[in-house]
Amino acid sequence: MPSAFDDARMGLSDIWPAMLAAVPVALLFGALAAGKGLSPLEVALMSALVFAGGAQFAAVELWATPAPIGALVFSTLLINARHVLMSASLAPKLRDFSPGQRLGGLYYMADENWALAEKRARTHRLTPAYWFAMTVPFVVCFVGVATLGSLIGAALGDPRRFGADFAFTAIFIALVAAFWKGRVTAWTVAAAGLASAATYKLAGPPWHVLAGALCGLAAAWWAAGREHARVEAQA
Amino acid sequence: MSLDALNLLAILGMALVTCATRLAGLALAGRLDLSPRAQAAFDAIPPAVLIAVIAPGALATGWAETGAALLTALAATRLPVLGVVAVGVVAVVALRAL
Repeated sequence: MPSAFDDARMGLSDIWPAMLAAVPVALLFGALAAGKGLSPLEVALMSALVFAGGAQFAAVELWATPAPIGALVFSTLLINARHVLMSASLAPKLRDFSPGQRLGGLYYMADENWALAEKRARTHRLTPAYWFAMTVPFVVCFVGVATLGSLIGAALGDPRRFGADFAFTAIFIALVAAFWKGRVTAWTVAAAGLASAATYKLAGPPWHVLAGALCGLAAAWWAAGREHARVEAQA
Repeated sequence: MSLDALNLLAILGMALVTCATRLAGLALAGRLDLSPRAQAAFDAIPPAVLIAVIAPGALATGWAETGAALLTALAATRLPVLGVVAVGVVAVVALRAL
């Protein structure tokens, strides 16, 4: 039976590569947010309260003055909808957690610590020591570095000067590659891209996000049905 | 250090819906049984939204941006995130200068 200390050490040693990988991404997030006029305090608050990289990048890309609250909240909800499935899978594995630890722990569930916890749970009991040793440094590091990025970004000035505005597009393309699941994703991306660009031209923002997301989803539903039929036919 | 009231409201709204998605699992655990097709559609939400957000910038801005987006997508098939960003930024600066 490993002690809480051993578990905490395991958590820390499991999370640090993901933490390191998040540093430049958080820096870039802070700098781009500053480019959109968000203050360091706002960047720190968003990172500490929302703590969801993909949704935060999307929000900053959509950000304007005054803030389009409906579009921001809706886009965040859509991008984070996957958390419903992730937390539903993780929740039964939190038997050793007190109710407070369960709420606090899941509040800061992101892709990285979720994946590591699921992996850990296949061979060990998931303990609060392991989870929080993983999660607390990850959150603190992300919030701190994002805030630092916003201070640096504010000093650098207009991000368009060195093509940094395109960093959003590039990051999103890289993130989509991380979510890639073959043919279904290809149809999703094609439908979402075309519908969004067309809606942007015809109706303007923020409707392009809704139209693109819905067309992407419809394409995924259709392509998954086709894929399923193909697998059945082969079997 | 400034905090705009509307920005704060937007951040709180984002935090609220994110928190709801993360805590929903506590109520749903063991009761959620998605068909493979519904699961595939669910998995497709993040890429669909991410692409919907950037599509106007990548497809409806100009040839430089569209070209750079294609090069970036190519880079994304083999490079880590930061490498992809580097390729995209250099490509857009070069193509805008043409």
